[in-house]
Amino acid sequence: MTDTAHISLLKQDARTVKRNRAEARFKAYGLIAIGLGVVMLVILLTTIISRGTGAFQQTFLTLEVTLDEARLDKTGNRDPAEIRKVSTFGYKPLLNDAFETLVATTALQSDMAPKDMSALLSKGAEAQMRDAVLADPSLIGQTVEFNFLASGRVDGYLKDRVSRESIANDKNISVEQLDLVDQLVDAGVIEKRLNASFITGADSSDARPEAAGFGVSMVGSLTMMLVVLALALPIGVAASIYLEEFAPKNWITDIIEVNISNLAAVPSIVFGILGLAVFINYMHLPNSAPLVGGLVLTLMTLPTIIISTRASLKSVPPSIRDAALGVGASKMQSVFHHVLPLAAPGILTGTIIGLAQALGETAPLLLIGMVGFIASNGPETINEALLSPNSAMPAQIYEWAKRSDPAFYERAWGGIIILLVFLISMNFLAVMLRRRFERRW
Amino acid sequence: MFLSSLGNPLTLTVIVLVIAFAGYVTARSRALARAGGDARLLHSLPNYYGMTAAMLSAVPALGVMVIWLLAQPMLIQNAILPLLPADMVSSSGNASLVLSDVKRVADGLGTAIEQGVLDAQSIAALRDDPAGLRGTLAGVGVALGSAVEPYVLAAAQTSRALDARWDALRAVMVIVLALGGLALAVRAADPAFRARNVVERGVMALLITAASLAILTTVGIVLSMVFETANFFSLHSWRDFFFGGSWAPNFRGNSELSFLPLLWGTLYISVIALLVAVPIGLFAAIYLSEYAGPKLRAVAKPLLEILAGIPTIVYGLFALLTVGPFLVDLFGAGGLLSAEGLRDGDPLMAGATAVLTAGLVMGIMLIPFVSSLSDDIINAVPQSLRDGSYGLGATPSETIRNVVLPAALPGIVGAILLAASRAIGETMIVVLGAGAIARFSGNPFEAMTTITTRIVSQLTGDNDFASPETLVAFALGLTLFIITLGLNVFALYIVRKYREQYE
Repeated sequence: MTDTAHISLLKQDARTVKRNRAEARFKAYGLIAIGLGVVMLVILLTTIISRGTGAFQQTFLTLEVTLDEARLDKTGNRDPAEIRKVSTFGYKPLLNDAFETLVATTALQSDMAPKDMSALLSKGAEAQMRDAVLADPSLIGQTVEFNFLASGRVDGYLKDRVSRESIANDKNISVEQLDLVDQLVDAGVIEKRLNASFITGADSSDARPEAAGFGVSMVGSLTMMLVVLALALPIGVAASIYLEEFAPKNWITDIIEVNISNLAAVPSIVFGILGLAVFINYMHLPNSAPLVGGLVLTLMTLPTIIISTRASLKSVPPSIRDAALGVGASKMQSVFHHVLPLAAPGILTGTIIGLAQALGETAPLLLIGMVGFIASNGPETINEALLSPNSAMPAQIYEWAKRSDPAFYERAWGGIIILLVFLISMNFLAVMLRRRFERRW
Repeated sequence: MFLSSLGNPLTLTVIVLVIAFAGYVTARSRALARAGGDARLLHSLPNYYGMTAAMLSAVPALGVMVIWLLAQPMLIQNAILPLLPADMVSSSGNASLVLSDVKRVADGLGTAIEQGVLDAQSIAALRDDPAGLRGTLAGVGVALGSAVEPYVLAAAQTSRALDARWDALRAVMVIVLALGGLALAVRAADPAFRARNVVERGVMALLITAASLAILTTVGIVLSMVFETANFFSLHSWRDFFFGGSWAPNFRGNSELSFLPLLWGTLYISVIALLVAVPIGLFAAIYLSEYAGPKLRAVAKPLLEILAGIPTIVYGLFALLTVGPFLVDLFGAGGLLSAEGLRDGDPLMAGATAVLTAGLVMGIMLIPFVSSLSDDIINAVPQSLRDGSYGLGATPSETIRNVVLPAALPGIVGAILLAASRAIGETMIVVLGAGAIARFSGNPFEAMTTITTRIVSQLTGDNDFASPETLVAFALGLTLFIITLGLNVFALYIVRKYREQYE
């Protein structure tokens, strides 16, 4: 024991130093892990925001177009049937004329053909003029100011997605056209503005990324959520009440319980296969219909809702039930009059979280056909909303991510921002409900 | 005309609900009246008499309506199949094409009549000139691919007639049922009638039905896949599916459809995802449960859980458009780590979609999953074990490594297995980030494909449910279902076993 004389409490020996270092290292690993997780989240969110906000702005080109009577209404009697006969192709020369006038009246330096100038506009520009004329034939003969969408390439140039170097092999736009765009921006003819039609509009075909909107798919998602809410909430609550309050402990209820916990972990795509095989192939419900999507998502959300509902039923103390039974209520009355109202906030919170999950789900929707370019201007009746083909928010994002024109990627990120706004508000609502109504027994 | 307007299920539902409400009011007041207005003389509270009537009229009527709605399309299809030429309906793919034509024409006729373009007489005249129908229908916004064949028109008209007749029959049936239920309950509304017991028994039956829906879903999943898988194996050799070496679907026949290369891709990506998620998630959970103060915990835990709430399509886009290009910048041509010098100018990574891209992003997605499950499990280890270790002079990290983690190990293994099952079943990240080439390769910079990706690609677009190339998706789905189910059952078993140990 002579060695002990050398040990000082103030000076750590080599082994202690080593152990303390190991301790510090271990702690640092933990902090690094949390840090990494948070950094990933920050990277993800900044990517979404920096890439997606562009979709809410769009480049417009303001142009005075003379709606030439000789071209649009040869007979001059303003007969709608006659005007209807002029196709969008017949409106094309008007655009060329308008550009020629623009070059003549302003100090634009360009020796491009007017045809190439009108290529700066969206391919929907002629249809936009035609629709305006058909809605109000008296416009014919006048000079009208139109706000045209600029083509996806011009929009990309103003948003720094397209540069003079990147268009070397691009047939849709040339360096001269970009020079003209610069002049038009200086002249105030081309400018970026808030793009409301992205939030309210419908998807567009491959050639017109500038006109693609998210609104119709939002309606599709909303319809599906209504179906899910109308089916999953009552069925889920009823199933939970039975399992939690009435079910005898036997092998049948055991099977049901194991079933529910397993269903909660079944990959979502399997529910898509179920939907395709049962709802579409067997029952012949229409393809791509939000009703089918809602049914599939209902089956998928049911386990989540049942699990959370059972937890909130379980948290109501037995004394409540005993008191109700004690004053002569039947078992059913004690559950429906006392336990269920007390569990309601928890049930609601769980339901909202289940709905939020369903809202972001994509894979099953791909299999039942709620993806691809679905030409639709939004449903007008409940029946149509349920049964006519539509997309949904996440499926629309997937559709845009698959297209070849990078202009659609910006749309996809913008769609994600909208989707996340919905999810965040739903989760926020759930947290608020829990804070406001949660009871601690 | 009135009856056909009742064909709409929504209208019919509203009517049944109105009848049920009327039943509620009548039965309640009748019971009270029979008791001379003194509710104390009734066996049950007056409301229960009303509810008996409401339940008896609404539940059977709506039940019959739902079953009828499900059965009607099948019955009508069976009725019109004989009307079509036999050679057109011999193969199931052709038959479904013709049937969808019939449906479109029938719907178009309906629209045309609604808009007043056609009426009953002109439709009858159409039988002689079906070719002109296409133009008429195009006029009301129903576009048809080709001229209407006479037999399609005949079938469409039969199907419309049957539809109308059965819609009317259904409406009558449902309303009669509702009224019958009402009459029965109102007749029974007597002070001695044990209304509460009847209502409670009915409610109980509804609750049990709802609970058994979970089983029905599972049965539906299994059956829907088993039947189509059996179809698949009758068209394609099971030896090739289980033991073949390549995946090369070919819609002209002679496809090689083995699930092994897909399974390899799936497992490879899942392993990379777990290599990312398990260390980060586990260390985060250890720090949060053992070291972190309440303040850090209150901030970091919800932040990590946000990652779990982000939809997988967002991760898919992140993989395709951000992580993939970033990795290509790093490992691709001209990149910092491309190792071109070592590989004769051949960069490590050629395209943005690769095993590594999908694996990394899936790993990020799984971090909160691993961390919150492990957090629960580590917290469940009794404090006394830690106190004993500290009492022996161990540092916190020694306690965690030598006492807490071994005690929590089964639970953590369970958590990792659950995460693995998530990774195997994940679809959107691999659809967008992993590529579409089926191969056995150990190179993480190459594109590879997975079971879920192939299910999506075989089942989207125009499906021909008679070809093995489409049906193989069901066999893949069943494989996926069995793998994930096995992992889940095993993991839950381990977790449950472990929990019991300390309770």
